[in-house]
Amino acid sequence: MITKEELDRAFDARFPVWMKEKLNAAHVAVAGLGGLGSNIAVMLARSGVGHLFLVDFDVVDVTNLNRQMYRAKDIGRPKTEALREILGDINPYLDIKTKQIKVSPDNVKELFDGYPIVCEAFDKPDMKSMLVSELLRVTKASVVSGNGMAGFGNANNITTEKKLSRLYVCGDKKTDVGGGTGLMAPRVAVCAGHQANQVIRLILGEDK
Amino acid sequence: MVIINGKEEKAAGKTIAEYLTENGYNPERVVAEKNLEIIPKSAYGETLIEDGDSLEILNFVGGG
Repeated sequence: MITKEELDRAFDARFPVWMKEKLNAAHVAVAGLGGLGSNIAVMLARSGVGHLFLVDFDVVDVTNLNRQMYRAKDIGRPKTEALREILGDINPYLDIKTKQIKVSPDNVKELFDGYPIVCEAFDKPDMKSMLVSELLRVTKASVVSGNGMAGFGNANNITTEKKLSRLYVCGDKKTDVGGGTGLMAPRVAVCAGHQANQVIRLILGEDK
Repeated sequence: MVIINGKEEKAAGKTIAEYLTENGYNPERVVAEKNLEIIPKSAYGETLIEDGDSLEILNFVGGG
């Protein structure tokens, strides 16, 4: 198996050491491990973000395979468990915490308080707005949210915008699911990429 | 005068819940900030919009 030193050297060849140290020391929570969250987590793991907290109540379903990082063999497994294994296969030296739980207004503070960055990666709009609202209200986290990535419209309409005091909204802000419009891997991954990139910008001190 | 999402609106005297439904928002799908303070969803029905207030309302769509 690859050693931590080999992974570090590969990173050092391309970026200054301080970047690796900041990324390795960073703590990021991801709420929702679907198309957005599983892609975000993989990108953060590949970027060397050292401490991840992954939250989802659900198990992998066959309908997830069109856009989420899971494999057919993961069907029926908790997403937290399947994703932990996938991330471990990418970088075995990350500190990954998971919690299989349904997020509600009552447990947002308990779950996410203390995390400087939280990604909102839920699917249902009522859950998305509840989580963003509560995170901004009861924690001090910077919140990176996904809003509008269904269908196969122009991917250039997906942007990252700073809103309110410490919220970053990634997406086209309007394409809803339903009425024949579903979720497809490319636009979901574009949006997840915006979210993961914003997380890295926050960790590395850009865009305060 | 009330400013909502950067625009002047005649909303003084209404609750946030009333403003949202009258303007086509689903209260279950928004985040509402009044004078830089996030309003808990459970308080939309009792939070009055007053003259001089500034609100930001973000609407969420599905997908993730």
